Amino acid sequence: MSDSPASGPATQGRRPIVPFLRLPESGEPFLAGQRCDGCGAVYLGRRQACAKCLGRGPFREVPLSRTGELYVWSIVHQSFPGVPVPYVVGVVDLPEGVSVRCNLIDVQPDPTALHFGMKVEMTTGVSQQDKEGNDVVAFYFRPARN
Amino acid sequence: MGEVFVAGVSMLKFGRYKDRDVTDLGGEACLKALDDAGLTMRDVQYMAAGCLLQANAMVGQRILHEIGQTGIPVVNVANACATGSTAFREAYYAVASGEIDVALAVGVEQMGKAGLLGGGGGSGVRTEGVVGSGLMPAVFGQAGMEHMRKFGTTPEQFAKVAVKNHGHAVRNPLSQYQVETPLEQVMAARMVAYPNTLLMCCPSGDGAAAAVVVSAKKARELGVTVRVRASVLTSDPWTERDLTQPDVNTLTRNAATIAWERAGLGPDDVDLVELHDCFATAELLHYENLGLCKDGEAGRMIDEGETTHGGRVPVNVSGGLLSKGHPLGATGVANIYEIVQHLRGRAGERQVPNAKVGLAHVIGLGSACTINVLST
Repeated sequence: MSDSPASGPATQGRRPIVPFLRLPESGEPFLAGQRCDGCGAVYLGRRQACAKCLGRGPFREVPLSRTGELYVWSIVHQSFPGVPVPYVVGVVDLPEGVSVRCNLIDVQPDPTALHFGMKVEMTTGVSQQDKEGNDVVAFYFRPARN
Repeated sequence: MGEVFVAGVSMLKFGRYKDRDVTDLGGEACLKALDDAGLTMRDVQYMAAGCLLQANAMVGQRILHEIGQTGIPVVNVANACATGSTAFREAYYAVASGEIDVALAVGVEQMGKAGLLGGGGGSGVRTEGVVGSGLMPAVFGQAGMEHMRKFGTTPEQFAKVAVKNHGHAVRNPLSQYQVETPLEQVMAARMVAYPNTLLMCCPSGDGAAAAVVVSAKKARELGVTVRVRASVLTSDPWTERDLTQPDVNTLTRNAATIAWERAGLGPDDVDLVELHDCFATAELLHYENLGLCKDGEAGRMIDEGETTHGGRVPVNVSGGLLSKGHPLGATGVANIYEIVQHLRGRAGERQVPNAKVGLAHVIGLGSACTINVLST
């Protein structure tokens, strides 16, 4: 954009960090899965054919639950330059039969604070701004509060 | 398919070669493997070259520009960490097809201090540390955590893998590191990604290895007896969480099943194994994946020293990736070098006595798995 202000990009709006995070105008943000009509396998992101059953779909978009169970986790102490450490990462199993990779927040980066199978819930927040000045909204999981 | 034999192998000490480049390192490895086989570039009818970080740079042809432009077919392969072993398999199939008698496989890499962090997107939006981790130490940390979840494996048991492999490396002059690391030192080392500490992560480095494979007819001429009993490549099949957390187990199990069947051998027949211990957590998973023990027994296996040199089935007597090093493209060919040296009784101080059967395993994330079974 040639007419962007010299003082730096202004905030344009917000965008999701990954295409499968949906930010509706009203209501809570949610993750969207693509479910194969043939075998029921659920994917994050579009597919031309099903990697499991090889069927050509069709794939139907299904909203995924905001709560799930922590399958595995790690605590990262060394990362790319500029990425603050430590951070807790994990794989969360969702009830729709798909799992998602994520950062875990509101939990100490301490092995004794993390448990296999612990109930977690999704939350969102602005992670950074992109080159155009949009707020980049990310999803995170945190220990479930109820 | 014709039988295929290994006539010559070579490996340059893994480490850092600041004043050399991949063609220079790869060229030296090729010439040494040819010398080992008693052959020259004039005899070579096909070449497969693996160099991951220069996958688009015609490394195989550039090596021939240094050691002999005979006009033979050359292919350059890239298959993540299985790049070198995939090059070996290409050479194997060129000979097995019956069309040629002599093929050369080379794996080479120059990583500098790039490390195995991997990942990194080009979109300008940072996802690492926001949407979980794609860093290799964390990916393999989580793979270990899955084993911990299923079987109660402990961080200490994973750490013992590093103790064993660093210990083995002391007897390998070609290893990047040759320093013993007691358990307390491994566990107290800086944490990289739980449960892998720094000493449980392989180093980055430079290196090259090469192998000359020949037909049965040529093997008889040369008096060569080390035979490739199976050369198997698999990719990751659909499994429940593979697209979220790479499943390094299923494709290894598939490759092992095919390899044992083709070789007409089983896990009880193997005298030594070189497997892909890019991180200490990975090694224990592969004991079970390769059938060296039953599911859930890998922790006991390392506790009881069954995979230490002198144990029931020595694993990574070279020092493994953890100590010997992991110059990506070179690794798969270097594993074959190690097995061949033992089968020929030329492994020096670290020789596994009376080794008759060896298995070399490599995993490349994304994913690719190779297993080569060799025997005398």
